[in-house]
Amino acid sequence: MEAVCTFCGNVCDDVEFDVEKQKGKRFCPLGLSKFQKKERIKSPMIDGKEVSYEEAIEKAAEILVNAKRPLLYGWASTVNEAIRLGVILTEIVGGVYDQCASVCHAPGTLATIEEGLPGGTLGSVKNRADMVIFWGSNPMEAHPRHPTRYSVHAKGYLIKDRKDRKVVVVDVRRTRTAKLADKFIQVKPGYDFAVISALRAIIKGEDIEVDEVGGVPKEQLIELAEDMKNAKYGVIFYGLGVTQSRGRDRTVENAIKLIQLLNRTTRWIIWPMRGHYNVVGAGEVPAWEVGYQYAIDFSRGYPRFSPAEFSAVEMLLRRDCDAMMVVASDPAAHFPRKAVEHMKNIPVIQIDPFPNLTTLLSNVVIPSAVAGIEAEGTAYRMDVIPLRVKKLVDSEFWSDEKILEELLKKVEELKG
Amino acid sequence: MHHMLWIKNGIVIDPKNKIDGEKMDIFVKNGKIVEESEVKKDECKVIDASNKLVVAGGVEMHAHIAGSKINTGRTMRPEEMRVVRQTANKLRATVGRVLLTSPAIGYEYARMGYTTAVEAANPPIGSLHTHEELDAIPILDKAALPVFGNWHPVLKFVAEKDFEKLKAFIVWALERTKGFGVKVVNPGGIEAWMYGKNCRNLDDEVPGFGITPRDIITSLIRANEELDLPHSVHLHCNNLGNPGNYQTTVESIKLAAGFKNDKRQVLHVTHVQFNAYGGSSWRDVCSGVEDIAKTVNSMDNVTIDMGAAIFGHATAMTGDAPFQFVLHRLLGAKWSNKDSEIEGGAGIVPIMYLPKNPVHALQWAIGLELGLMVDSDKVVLTTDYPNGGPFTEYPYVMAMLMSKKMREKELEKVHQYVQKATNLPAIDTERTLYEVIHMTRSLPARILGLENKGHLGIGADADIAIYNINPNEIDPSTQYEVIDKEFRRAAYTIKAGDIIVENGVILKETWGRTFWIDARSKASPEIIDSDLNEFFNYYSIKRRNFGVKEEWIRNPERMGVR
Repeated sequence: MEAVCTFCGNVCDDVEFDVEKQKGKRFCPLGLSKFQKKERIKSPMIDGKEVSYEEAIEKAAEILVNAKRPLLYGWASTVNEAIRLGVILTEIVGGVYDQCASVCHAPGTLATIEEGLPGGTLGSVKNRADMVIFWGSNPMEAHPRHPTRYSVHAKGYLIKDRKDRKVVVVDVRRTRTAKLADKFIQVKPGYDFAVISALRAIIKGEDIEVDEVGGVPKEQLIELAEDMKNAKYGVIFYGLGVTQSRGRDRTVENAIKLIQLLNRTTRWIIWPMRGHYNVVGAGEVPAWEVGYQYAIDFSRGYPRFSPAEFSAVEMLLRRDCDAMMVVASDPAAHFPRKAVEHMKNIPVIQIDPFPNLTTLLSNVVIPSAVAGIEAEGTAYRMDVIPLRVKKLVDSEFWSDEKILEELLKKVEELKG
Repeated sequence: MHHMLWIKNGIVIDPKNKIDGEKMDIFVKNGKIVEESEVKKDECKVIDASNKLVVAGGVEMHAHIAGSKINTGRTMRPEEMRVVRQTANKLRATVGRVLLTSPAIGYEYARMGYTTAVEAANPPIGSLHTHEELDAIPILDKAALPVFGNWHPVLKFVAEKDFEKLKAFIVWALERTKGFGVKVVNPGGIEAWMYGKNCRNLDDEVPGFGITPRDIITSLIRANEELDLPHSVHLHCNNLGNPGNYQTTVESIKLAAGFKNDKRQVLHVTHVQFNAYGGSSWRDVCSGVEDIAKTVNSMDNVTIDMGAAIFGHATAMTGDAPFQFVLHRLLGAKWSNKDSEIEGGAGIVPIMYLPKNPVHALQWAIGLELGLMVDSDKVVLTTDYPNGGPFTEYPYVMAMLMSKKMREKELEKVHQYVQKATNLPAIDTERTLYEVIHMTRSLPARILGLENKGHLGIGADADIAIYNINPNEIDPSTQYEVIDKEFRRAAYTIKAGDIIVENGVILKETWGRTFWIDARSKASPEIIDSDLNEFFNYYSIKRRNFGVKEEWIRNPERMGVR
C-alpha cells in the first residue's frame, strides 16, 4: 500500500508498505524499522496494572486537574490533530507546553526571532540548487534519503545531473555525508561562529588578516567564499552540529546574516535539518493556536513564552512542575539525569505506541496507534510542507487524537 | 441556539437592496433571513434594535489570516504576542498586537461585526496547512485564494497559448487546493526572483518562459472569464512598493479592457496603496492615486481594495518575495523568505508606520485617497492585514472616510510632506454611512461572487451586525468619534442566526464554513493529465499527495459553477 513515512523530517511520501508481509518499498532502513512490527505497550496501565482506556484516561485527567502546574511535553512524533488538542488541553489546565525542539532545534527558532529565516522548500533545492552545504548536519545517518530525494543526487528543473551541483560538507569530523561531497571542510569543535564570520568578511571584500580560522586555512575559506558568491542558487542545511555546540542560536543567526549578504548579489537560502517527522508541527500548531512554538506557560490564563524558564528540562531541573504528561517522546532517555530524577518524584502520564525508558517511570501509561500505519493525520515535513500520513491497517489501539479528545472531555468535566 | 430571531425596529442600511436608513424588522430562521410569514413570532428570540443601525455582517475580502506566512510571522515575532486580549475562560485565551492567533482572529472580526473573511494568498503546496489554520479560526465563514501567477504550469500554458489547458489547470488546482479563486501575485516576478531578479514592468521577460507579466495577466483573465468563476482574477500588481509604480498599476488595470462580465468585475486589483506611488525615487515620491482613480472610475469592469496603512506596528507578508527582500534591505529588518517548489515564493518583514516619517505619512494618505477618489462602488476597505496594519482599525478608516474634520485633525499630526505630495488635504468628499457599509459588505460580497453574503435580503445568510448608531440622527462628519468607537464593538453580531457577540463581548464559539469552487463542469482536468505528471517531476512530493480532501476540512462548502 502507498504510505507516507513517519520517521524523520524527510516524511518520504513515495514509499509503499505491505502490512501482511511486513515488506516495504523505497524505505530507508530507519523508516522501515519503524514500520515493521516491534514491541508495543500492550494495554493502558495505572501503576503497572492493566486497565481500560477509560480508566487510564480518567486517572490522567485527575492528575492534570489536581496538579498546580503540569508539564505537557513531547509531540514531535504525532500528528497535528493530536498536537492541537494537546495545546488546548495545556491551556485549560494552566500548564506548560513544550516540545522536543527545546532540546534540539530551538536555537534555530531563536535565530529566526533575531533575523528571520530566508529559506525555501526542498523542491526548490532539488530544482535549482547548484551549491549545497551541509553544515553540522549528516543526512546520510539522520535523514538517509535526503541526498537522493532533495539535495545531492536529486534532479530537477535546472539541475539535470549530479555534476551540475557542488556539494560541500562542513563538520568537525569526516562524516558519511562528507564522502558524498565534492569538498569537506573540517572545523575545530566550537568554531563555527568564527568560520561564518570569516566568510562574511571575505564576501564583503575584507581581508581576514589571519592564516586560519577555526582550523580552516585562509585559502580554503577564500575558495569557499568564492564558490558561494559564484553559485546561482545555494543552500545551507544546518543541523544539531550547529544548534547544540558553542554559539548555538548565535551561530545560526550569523549564518542567516551570511545568507542575507549573499542575496545581495545572488540567491541563497538556509534551512534546518529537522529531526522527528512532525517536530515542525509540534511548533507550528501552537504558533497559530497560542502564538509561540515551544516553552509556553499558561499558569496566568494566557500564553507566555520564555525558553529559559518554560523549556521542559529547565522546568524539571527547577522542580517547577508537579505532574508531567509525555506524548510521543522519550525524555527519560534523553534528558539530563537531574531532570529525569524529578520525573521520578511526580506523577507522569505517558501516551505512546512503544515502550521506552519513560514508560518505566510513568504512573499512567496509555498506548496509542502508530500514526502513518494505524492512524491518519497531518504532519509537516522539515520544510513545513504539509502531508497527510495514512492509515494502512485497523488497530485496537486508540489514536493519539482520540485519546486526547477523550482526555480533554474528561478534564472539562472535572473542572466543571 | 435560537432557531428564530426577530430583530425589531432596527434602522437598516442594506445597499444591495437599496435600503438606506429605513426602520424595519428582520426575521431569521435556520440561519437564513426569511419573510415575516415564515416565523412564529411568539417563538422568536426578540432583539430590540430601536435606534440602532442594522447591517449585514462585514465581509473581509483580502487579509492574510491563515497559513505558512502568518505563522512564520508569529514565530519570528514573539514581541507581537505580548498583548493579551482575553484570558482563558469558557472561551480561548487570545493574544496578539497586530499578528493574532487563530482564535483571536475569529473573535476580533466578530467583535467588529465581521462574519466572513478570505485568506488572500495560499501557496498551493501549503493548502492543507492553510486549511488547518482556517479551521482554527472560530465563528467566521472563510475561503482561501491560491496563487497562480508564477506557477510553472500556468507559465507554460500561457507560453503555449493553450487556453483549454490553462482552464483545465485552474479547475484542477481549485479542486485540489480547495481554493476560491485565481490570485496572482507579481506575475512572473517571483520566478525571476529565483534568479535574483524581478519583473517590474509588464513587458519584462520571465526567465525561462519567453513570456511577460502582460501575457500572464491577460491569459488568466481570459481563462477565468471563460470558466465564469464566481470571483474574478485577483491581482497583486508588479512593481509593488517602488516609487513610480502607479504607472505599472494603471497599465495593469487597462488590461481588463475588452473583457466583460454582467455580474461582476473581470479584474480586482488588490491593496492598491502599495502600488500607487508617483515620483522617481524615495526623495521625490508622491501620490499616484489621481491617475489610478481616473482609470478605475472610467472602466466598468475593474474593482480595487485600499490596502490602507495604519500608523503603528505591522508585518509585511506577501507572495512578492523579491519585494520583501528590498524591504528588508531598506529597513534593515529581519527577513524570512520561502521559495516554494515550482509555484512561487513569499517573504515576511516587520515594519512600523510612523506618522512623522514622510514616506509612511504618504502611504497613510494614499490609502485614504483611494477610499475617497475611487467610486464607492469600486473600492473595498482593507488594510491588507497585516501588511498595512491591523484589521481591528477598520472603524478608524471608516470614520476618516466619513469626516473631513477628522482628517484635518489627523493631518496635523503627520509629516508635512503629505501636504505637497498628495491630494488628501484638498479632498472635500465625505463618504456617507450608506457608502461605507457598501464598501465593507455588499461590495466585497459582490466582488467575491458570494450571493448570500453582504446583504439582508430574503434568503441571505443571517450574518448580521447591529451597532449603537442611529443613522437618522448621527452626523458622521462631526461625530466621527462615535463612528470610530461604535464600529469597534458591535451591539450584536449574529452569525448564521446565532447571537455571537453582545455589546462587544463574545458569548460563544461557533464554527463557520469554508467555501471552495468546483468548476469541473466547465473544463475537465483530464486533458492535462500527462502534463501534470510531467510537472510533478519537479515537485518534491508525489502528485497523489498534493492537495486537500473535503473530509480533512471542518465544514467544507463546495460551490459549483454552472
